[in-house]
Amino acid sequence: MSDPAQKPRPQFKNISVPEILFAYRLPLAGKVSILHRASGALLFLALPILIGLFAMSFSSAAGFTAMSAVVGFPIVKIILLILIWGYLHHFCAGIRYLVLDLHIGMDKQSAQKTAGVVLGVSLALTLVFGLKLFGAW
Amino acid sequence: MASTEKIGPKRLVVGAHYGTFEFIAQRITAIIMAIYTVILLIGVLTMSGFTYEGWRNLFTFTCLMMPLGQVLASLAMISLAWHAWIGVRDIWMDYVKPVGVRLFLMVLTILWLVGSLVYFINILWRN
Repeated sequence: MSDPAQKPRPQFKNISVPEILFAYRLPLAGKVSILHRASGALLFLALPILIGLFAMSFSSAAGFTAMSAVVGFPIVKIILLILIWGYLHHFCAGIRYLVLDLHIGMDKQSAQKTAGVVLGVSLALTLVFGLKLFGAW
Repeated sequence: MASTEKIGPKRLVVGAHYGTFEFIAQRITAIIMAIYTVILLIGVLTMSGFTYEGWRNLFTFTCLMMPLGQVLASLAMISLAWHAWIGVRDIWMDYVKPVGVRLFLMVLTILWLVGSLVYFINILWRN
């Protein structure tokens, strides 16, 4: 069948990272999807840190005070805020997927709209938690 | 899962239903965690001031002499570990093709999650 004298067939490798980031524009639902994965991975990696903070706050009254002091550092607050966004986005997008599993909102327009709602609501809630974290009230 | 499948030359090698158990487990653990998140949030919002006693009570309250707070927190954390296992496993399966590397990462993931789980349960249940 194949002619060994033929020159090798051209190979098309995977698309590159810059192409993924700039050339292709994902629809809103696609952005929610990849952020769902990214936030999940982030929370997975942060798990021991979060349990460590919980251990500190839970074991004794002195530990609780010490935890409050640790969370007082601006850098810790920024890390926590990113993790809070990760949790909220993963939560909201997860609710959307559970609803989609029930075959609700499957058409293109609704899917686009609910994706926007997920991004908006998780960011708005992050702002609320962030203001609380940085002591706005 | 596949214990009822035919073994031998007629064994089902590929099929659309591989992964159904994981799919369902992913959803059920998600629902458990979502409910627990709401319970915790209500607990924090109805607390009179953010104190150590109030914070501790969220995880150690009892009901009819039973340690309900600890049991609920444990169930949520077990759900989290299971849920995260399926999610991270999917990431490795999507992006990491060499079988050896994938196996190594999966083993690392299990150790990471079981370690976290044991750490949390130990803190929650001691004293």
